[in-house]
Amino acid sequence: MAGMTLIKKGAEAELYRGKWQGFDVVFKRRIRKHYRNPDLDSYIRTSRTSLEAKLLSESKRLRVPTPIVYFVNLQNTEIVMSYIPGTPLKKMIPDMDVASIKQYFSTIGDRVGRLHKGGIVHGDLTTSNMIVKDGNVFFIDFGLGEYTLDLEARGVDIHLMRRTLESSHHEVSKIAYNSFISGYSGVMGGETEEVLRRVSEIRRRGRYVEGER
Amino acid sequence: MSSVQYVLGIECTAHTFGCGVVSSEGTVLSNTKAEYVPKTGGIHPREASQHHAAKASSTIRDALKEADLRLSDIGAVAFSAGPGLGPSLRTGATVARMLSLLSGRPLVPVNHCIAHIEVGRMVTKEEDPLVVYVSGGNTIVSAFSDGRYRIFGETLDIALGNCLDSFARSLGLSHPGVPKLESLANEGRSFIPLPYVVKGQDVSYSGLLTMAVRKIKDSDPRDLSLSLLEVAYGMLAEVTERALAHTEKPSLLLTGGVARSPRLQRILESVCREHSSRFYVVPPDLAGDNGAMIAWAGYLAIKEGLTAPIESSYIRPKWRLDEVEVPWRG
Repeated sequence: MAGMTLIKKGAEAELYRGKWQGFDVVFKRRIRKHYRNPDLDSYIRTSRTSLEAKLLSESKRLRVPTPIVYFVNLQNTEIVMSYIPGTPLKKMIPDMDVASIKQYFSTIGDRVGRLHKGGIVHGDLTTSNMIVKDGNVFFIDFGLGEYTLDLEARGVDIHLMRRTLESSHHEVSKIAYNSFISGYSGVMGGETEEVLRRVSEIRRRGRYVEGER
Repeated sequence: MSSVQYVLGIECTAHTFGCGVVSSEGTVLSNTKAEYVPKTGGIHPREASQHHAAKASSTIRDALKEADLRLSDIGAVAFSAGPGLGPSLRTGATVARMLSLLSGRPLVPVNHCIAHIEVGRMVTKEEDPLVVYVSGGNTIVSAFSDGRYRIFGETLDIALGNCLDSFARSLGLSHPGVPKLESLANEGRSFIPLPYVVKGQDVSYSGLLTMAVRKIKDSDPRDLSLSLLEVAYGMLAEVTERALAHTEKPSLLLTGGVARSPRLQRILESVCREHSSRFYVVPPDLAGDNGAMIAWAGYLAIKEGLTAPIESSYIRPKWRLDEVEVPWRG
C-alpha cells in the first residue's frame, strides 16, 4: 500500500489516492465502526459498498459520467475507481461567466434528470461532488444514493442542489438553478412539475433550512 | 420581568403530569410527577388526560411544599404547549391558566423539546452541544444555529422510545419496558438481521418494529432484544456521527427519556471518542418528562418577555422544535 495518500476522511469512509494495475485510482474504504455490533457493521459496510459500486456503473449506462469502477473488494469494503484529474465545480464557479454557468447547469440538470428517470437518486448533490474535466461534468460520491422512483427522494435531491447553490454560490444561484431546471425538465418532461411541487413542500417544512428564512 | 426569581412549570404532554419549581440560578427546588400507566397497550389519550386532571392539584401542592414556597412566591407559570397529545396538552394548559389567574403571574407557553434541551444545558453547563433528544414521542438530532435549534436528523415515522416500548409490550414485559429489554439483551448471543433504515440524515423505526414483532414467535427473546437494540441504537449513532462531523460541535448532549439507557450512552460515548467530542447525559430525574425542565425553559423565555395572554395561550400539538425562535442564545 505504499504510495497511497489520504485525500479525505469522512464520517463513513476514507479516500486514498494511489496506483492500481498502473491506473491512477481512488480507493474508497468504508471504515469499521466500533460502536456497532460486528455482524451488523460488516453487513452495512458490505451492502453499501456493493450498492455504491452498482450505482456508479449504472449511472454510466444512463450516460452520466462517473468514475470507472475497476475493482470492488467486499472483504475490505473498498471500491477502486478511476481518479478524475479535474477540478471540483465548486471551485470553478466564482470564475465563470454567465454563459458558461447556464451551460454547465443545464447539462447538470439534464444528467440528474437522466438519473432520476433511470431510477437512481444521488442523495448528496453538491457542487463539491461534481468534478469538471475538459468541460465535462463527472458525478462522484454515490454513498447516499439509492435505487428509487420515489417522489420524495427526487425532491430531496433537487432541494439539496438548490440549497447548495443558495449557500455556496449565492450571486449566481438563480441563473444556475433555472438552467438546472430547464435541463432537468428536458429529460423529465411532464414529471418535472410534480417534483418541483414536492421541492417547495420540502422547503416549506423548514426541515432542511440552514440559516435562511 | 428580569426580577423573576422562581418559576413554576407544568409538564403535561403525554403520560406524565409533572410540576417543578426552579430558581433563576438554575437550581431545581422541586420536581414532582404522577405517571399514567395504561393497564394494557399504549397511552389512551382520553384516559391519560383524566388521570392528569385527577392528579394535578396534589402534584402541584407537593411541588410547592417541597420547594417550601407559596403560590404567591412564584414569579411566572410555565406550561408545555406542545408538541404532544391534544387531550393531555389541554389539561395541562387549563391547569396552568388557572394557576396564572390565581397568582396573577404571567403565563409562559414552552415548547416541550426546547425544555428537554435547555434543562440539559442547565445541568451540564455546556454552552453549545449537538443534542440527541430521544423519548417515547421524539427522536431528534439538533444543533443551535442562527437563532434556532435546527434539526439535522429525525425519525420519519415513530420515535425510538415508541419502537422499544411497543416491542417490550409485545414480548409481554411490563412498564417500563426498556430497562427490561436491555437486561434481556445483555444475555443475547447471536445477532438476528433486522431492517436498518437510515435515509440521508433521517431514521425510520416502524419497519424495524414490525419485523422484530413478527420474529418473536420463532426467535430467542434475548437474541431478538439484543438485535433490536443494536439496530435501533446503531441507526441513531450513525446519523449522530454524521451530524457531529458536519456541525463540528465540541460536545454532545443526550437528553429525553431514552437517555437513561446505559447501552445507548455507551454507544454515543464511543461515537464522541472517535470525534474527540465531550459527551454529556442529562441526569435520570431530569431525563424523562418533568415539570422542572418546563420551569427552566419558561424562565429563559420570560427573561425575553415571551409571555402569552390567557386568551391566546393555545396549545400546539404539532409544534416543531425548529419553528421556535430562541432569543436567549446569542
